[in-house]
Amino acid sequence: MLSRTADSLYWMARYTERAENIARLMEVSYRMSLQMHGGGGYWGAALGITGLEAAYSAKHGEISANDVLRFMGTDFGNPSSILSCLKSARENCHAVRGTVTSEVWETINTTWLEARASATSLMQGDVSGSELTKYFEWVKFRSHLSRGVTVGTMLQDEAFHFIRLGTFLERADNTARLLDVKYDDLAPAEDARNEYYEWGALLRSLSSFEIYRKVYRDVITPNRVAELLILRDDMPRSLHACMKEVDQILGQVANARSAETRRMAGRVYSSLRYGRIDDILSVGLHDYLTDFLTNTANLGNRIAQDFLVPMA
Amino acid sequence: MKNIFDEMHAQKGGARTHYAQYQEWLGQMPAATIVQKRAEADSAFHRYGITFAVYGEGEGTERLIPFDIIPRIIPAAEWDKMERGLRQRVNALNMFLHDVYGEQRIIQAGLIPAEQVFCNAQYRPEMQGLAVRNNIYAHIAGIDIVRAAKPGQSAEEADYYVLEDNLRVPSGVSYMLENRRMMMRLFPELFGRYSVAPVEHYPDLLLDTLRQVAPAGVDDPTVVVLTPGAYNSAYFEHAFLAQQMGIELVEGKDMFVHDETLFMRTTQGPKRVDVIYRRIDDDFLDPLTFRADSALGVPGLLSVYREGRVTLANAVGTGVADDKSIYPYVPDMIRFYLSEEPIIANVPTFQCRKPDELSYTLANMKDLVVKETHGAGGYGMLVGPASTRQEIDDFKLRVQAQPDKYIAQPTLALSACPTFVESGVAPRHIDLRPFVLSGKEVRMAPGGLTRVALKAGSLVVNSSQGGGTKDTWVLGK
Repeated sequence: MLSRTADSLYWMARYTERAENIARLMEVSYRMSLQMHGGGGYWGAALGITGLEAAYSAKHGEISANDVLRFMGTDFGNPSSILSCLKSARENCHAVRGTVTSEVWETINTTWLEARASATSLMQGDVSGSELTKYFEWVKFRSHLSRGVTVGTMLQDEAFHFIRLGTFLERADNTARLLDVKYDDLAPAEDARNEYYEWGALLRSLSSFEIYRKVYRDVITPNRVAELLILRDDMPRSLHACMKEVDQILGQVANARSAETRRMAGRVYSSLRYGRIDDILSVGLHDYLTDFLTNTANLGNRIAQDFLVPMA
Repeated sequence: MKNIFDEMHAQKGGARTHYAQYQEWLGQMPAATIVQKRAEADSAFHRYGITFAVYGEGEGTERLIPFDIIPRIIPAAEWDKMERGLRQRVNALNMFLHDVYGEQRIIQAGLIPAEQVFCNAQYRPEMQGLAVRNNIYAHIAGIDIVRAAKPGQSAEEADYYVLEDNLRVPSGVSYMLENRRMMMRLFPELFGRYSVAPVEHYPDLLLDTLRQVAPAGVDDPTVVVLTPGAYNSAYFEHAFLAQQMGIELVEGKDMFVHDETLFMRTTQGPKRVDVIYRRIDDDFLDPLTFRADSALGVPGLLSVYREGRVTLANAVGTGVADDKSIYPYVPDMIRFYLSEEPIIANVPTFQCRKPDELSYTLANMKDLVVKETHGAGGYGMLVGPASTRQEIDDFKLRVQAQPDKYIAQPTLALSACPTFVESGVAPRHIDLRPFVLSGKEVRMAPGGLTRVALKAGSLVVNSSQGGGTKDTWVLGK
């Protein structure tokens, strides 16, 4: 397969997944800010983990819930907003529309056309936070649809592998960042009640509140949440589950120069496969996650060099 | 014009034999069903993204080429003759290209003036003396054919003429294929009534042709389609053909030259490319040889090509044979190279470079179609009968200033085919572009792309000028 084609497929998937996870991040921040009075710190943290604090304050100054929701959701001027991600996903898909099934193309294209239409109205006048969160629900739903149509209609060839590679690498990165919001500025919470709501909101944003109940049948504790989202191999958004896929796919698409990349992915994967939550927490969760994000970023660079934009 | 040949109805005696069944069927079709089928076709074309991008109309502007559900039907005997004529013509054109870039016998024989060839902007000195596989230059040719009565003839005396040869990057074949798919989907029962020659195998013929002209010694060639990219107006067709043939759709930046060999960048490392079905013009192929500002091509491609280590289809420099200034000589080429009489005639053409033909053109411009020799796509031409006196006088000045740049032809009464328009069914002028493939042999899918001028009375069928298309049926014997 052409490197450029693989590159477009991979980024189509990454941008789709990223849009979904920004929607999740906005949802969790919104929930936390509602439950905690004076919860402005969450918005700052949300901007912080996406690295957009400076861009935001240049445009809006003071942090306000609606400004952040719009900036991250529907603002074309922000290249990392959901709207911009959906546009990039669509452009990447357009460039390879002969490689994906027509259903995949139609889904991605329709998502973009509808997102553009609703963003236009959401950017005008007074729009409530709850209206914006409906939009985030919709973004998540469209992402499920894109993934479903990919799995349901595409031949499981190299094109499919590069789409899946993009999805899981992006998701690993995003789950780590979401987990880090909770820890970054906020831990420890002032009292146990807040603690419960904060962790609950985080779990819900990763569609894992019920999963937690099912797995632990017990009260929510930070250690278990971290264990669930980092180490559980059957939890679809956990770092373990994502890196297992990444490792496997790198085996499927391996070429003459990708051995070192595979080794790096395998090392990250096995540390999750055989890791213990106590060891991770003794390092400190924030440090652990920072280290993990460095690893996934390096992996992304290596994948680009080996497969997507090789230097001749 | 009164002498317009109607493809469906004879002037006396109702529907022509080959249209009789269709007309009967159409007569029984409720109007509401027709409306619904036409809407269904539109929405399917939109959903599949069978569109062409329009230059300069904002981001993501993609238009449908209007599709008309009344087919253009060609009886077996007519196609038989046309096919022989196309084979003959394309053979002669390839022999001409081989001659021009080789011995130049036709010039020495005095049949074509040397300056007409060597001063032509489409002549590529880089090709002089270069051997190409099987001596084929125009692997894919689109020959535009019209049926028309000449002035003074009656409609029923109308005959087929070649209006233009397209030997560079002729487009439209994806519409030929999609139109058939659409007709079979909308009206499957019609294909039970008529034995229509299939066209669906065109991508197989094309791929086979491209493989046949791979560089010598390459047994299992890697063939690719080269596109200028997703913003080109014909991108849909490029992607479609690559997908149908199961080969890579590449852009210039996907390839590089190393060690006198052409490679593409793949996820499995560099892969050698042997044959390029290129859909970009000569000028953009290689910035080291042609336009230095081209970002669409591959630096060094021409040197690999000259070494015979990659095949370009079509070859570089085919434009010298399809230019309107060369067109008048094609019948002579057929006689010279093949010792045969042309099976399909040229439209009579006046060359303004010749003083007596220039004065005839100037005196009769109101009855003539005057074309720029380098124009294409329906631009840069004057249709005398449809122009005002002022427009004609202005055009005369342009022709007088540079007579070499113009040819003139009688205004032909192009045949018309019944077509759905706003007011109902009405005759509209049509042409036909068959696609002729040359590898080790000459082959083609029966029929081609029928284009229709949707404006009443208009003779311009180009999609950029509001033309539409029809499915083209060649009937079985």
